[in-house]
Amino acid sequence: MGTGVCRCGKGVEQRDKFEKLDEIIESYKGKEGALIPVLHEVQQLFGYLPEEVQERVAAGLGLPLSEVYGVTTFYSLFTSEPRGKHRISICLGTACYVKGAAAIVEKLEEELGVKVGGTTKDEKFTLEVTRCLGACGLAPVMMIGDHVYGKVTPDKIKEILEKYD
Amino acid sequence: MKGVVTVETVTLTIDGQRVEIEKGKTLLDAAKKAGIKIPTLCHHPALRNEGACRLCLVELEKSKKLVTSCVFPVEEGIAVRTNTPAIREARKTILELLIAGHPQDCLTCTRNGECELQTLAEEFGIRDIRFERSPKSFARDTSSPSLVRDPEKCVLCGRCVRMCAEVQSVSVLGFTHRGPEVQVEPAFKRGLGEGPCVTCGQCASVCPVGAIYEKDSIEDIWNALGDPEKHVVVQVAPAVRAALGEEFGFEPGTSVTKKMAAALRRLGFDKVFDTQFTADLTILEEGHEFIGRLTEGSGLPLITSCSPGWINYCENFFPEFVDNLSSCKSPQQMFGALVKTYYASKFGIDPSKIYSVSVMPCTAKKYEAERPEMNSSGFKDVDAVLTTRELARMIKEAGIDFVNLPDEDFDAPLGISTGASTIFGVTGGVMEAALRTVYEVVTGENLDSIEFQCVRGLEGVKEAEIELNGKKVRVAVANGLGNAAKVLNSLRTGEKSYDFIEIMACPSGCIGGGGQPRNAGLEVKELRAKALYDEDRSMELRKSHENPAVKALYDEFLGKPGSPKSHHLLHTSYKTPEEKGIKVVKTAV
Repeated sequence: MGTGVCRCGKGVEQRDKFEKLDEIIESYKGKEGALIPVLHEVQQLFGYLPEEVQERVAAGLGLPLSEVYGVTTFYSLFTSEPRGKHRISICLGTACYVKGAAAIVEKLEEELGVKVGGTTKDEKFTLEVTRCLGACGLAPVMMIGDHVYGKVTPDKIKEILEKYD
Repeated sequence: MKGVVTVETVTLTIDGQRVEIEKGKTLLDAAKKAGIKIPTLCHHPALRNEGACRLCLVELEKSKKLVTSCVFPVEEGIAVRTNTPAIREARKTILELLIAGHPQDCLTCTRNGECELQTLAEEFGIRDIRFERSPKSFARDTSSPSLVRDPEKCVLCGRCVRMCAEVQSVSVLGFTHRGPEVQVEPAFKRGLGEGPCVTCGQCASVCPVGAIYEKDSIEDIWNALGDPEKHVVVQVAPAVRAALGEEFGFEPGTSVTKKMAAALRRLGFDKVFDTQFTADLTILEEGHEFIGRLTEGSGLPLITSCSPGWINYCENFFPEFVDNLSSCKSPQQMFGALVKTYYASKFGIDPSKIYSVSVMPCTAKKYEAERPEMNSSGFKDVDAVLTTRELARMIKEAGIDFVNLPDEDFDAPLGISTGASTIFGVTGGVMEAALRTVYEVVTGENLDSIEFQCVRGLEGVKEAEIELNGKKVRVAVANGLGNAAKVLNSLRTGEKSYDFIEIMACPSGCIGGGGQPRNAGLEVKELRAKALYDEDRSMELRKSHENPAVKALYDEFLGKPGSPKSHHLLHTSYKTPEEKGIKVVKTAV
């Protein structure tokens, strides 16, 4: 029996992910403008972009870490914090805002116990805001994962959230 | 006409004046040629233009469009206005927005009186700010022994970012976040002292405001000077004398060596010595090391080790070349080790009472003095390091009338030097000084002409071949770390091979150091270089091995170059980033 080796399986999973990460970098090597597509794929893989992953991307693509970090902090799509299983994006575009999206944000914050940008303790939900999802006719609009909810009202929130596990 | 290169030019009109200028130049260049000053902030003579601050807006007469003159190329026949109500309004608005987000502590700022934003505000007569004050709230980064970063003062001009990435190939600073949260900082909010920063200070030398500056050592030195128990000695690097005068209104290129010695004595230093003494010593030690490696044919190329910014760069980014570095300490550190041993025992001074100060054109020297291994005298070898700029501030604070000081000399014996050591301050100088000595030692003949023109000039990379006893020695000289990287990469790929390489971290060498008077373009650096070459020519002794004080040092104390005592006091070894406790991402090349 190995001593001091964690057998929960998470370590193995991490190792596999890093191998996959190297494969992604390899497939883009030498290509112009590779950074953003690599970061996209890598974020899909890890769910977020922790420091050590950004360092590995920088080293692998031969880019300064400052450049990688500059890109990941510029685009709101990239995150260096772990995200919940389900991402809630509430639209704060003009139409949704006029139709009362602010009250929905308030209700979501209350129900989830986190502020915008935060992830619930059980890592189930991450609450984010977005600008215009292109469904203004359904305002106010909210997305959870890939599903769009239209004409949302604060009293529907609890019911919607209960659908997710 | 035969043999004459014709340059294609265009003619345009600026404020009604016709200007003829080379094709490819910008409207800003053309305005300068016409004698019109256009305000700029992100523009810097040593950097690529980016058009980020938009202060240099001018108006195209035909379309009435406002364009950024620093990036707008000249065109045949166009007409431009540089001073219309629309331009003035736009520029004022930009300045007001910048000032609204800038701290209002000018009186206590390190750049008070020499801040470009302050100067612009004055020139534009900004009296009211129409916008709500929106000062930023970011912590100061004091983690580096050389530099302080104050992001609240940053105007996001990007000069430091371009310098760090494009000129120095270090890329520790970058723009992060977006919109009102944009900052210039290292990745992951690491301090400058925790990452790959090489402490060259080129960022500080181009910052227009007080957002990056050298860590101030002035107070420590006043305290030492005021302590009657302490014997305070000072050494001054070669490049300082070629630039210090600029801080007191002298024309660039005025050498102020003797006034500087007088000023240091009036500041209260007990002995005024010269780093050039140990520059000569470096030539003997490094020359001996080079001849040894050349004879054995191993460990080549030998690469110079005088520039601590370069040492950091090699350790952090090119560790495979660390064994090629000369084991010689820099002249500053050799001096530090000798002052508390040789000098102390020769003059019967308790080394624990000696406080050793150096004046350097450099911010990396502050880092170097703090390296834990720099204590071979049994004490901290160099107690405090001042930049050229800090020395100027001390002289002003002490009320010394620098311009009217009499000429004075350095103190003996550690103030005695040769012309060979003077040119250490300019790129190619260490190589030339080494060649003067190595040639005569190896061939046993006197050089007819001691000036090696082949390694002079401010180009980024120079190459030459010198014949030594029928053997061709291939040398290279690089200044600026981007150029150093080019040379090292050419060695990596096998495209080039050399026997001896001089590398200086700063563009143009120490005359363009991160601690020198700011905003020196190439013209100013040419003049500083000339000042050093002229000073070399005026010296009686111009070869390091003829320095009588260095000869005495070997006779009385060290023995010979490369002796065990020399090794103990004058040589060092290098470290990996892990050993230095910093994090560097290894970038595959």
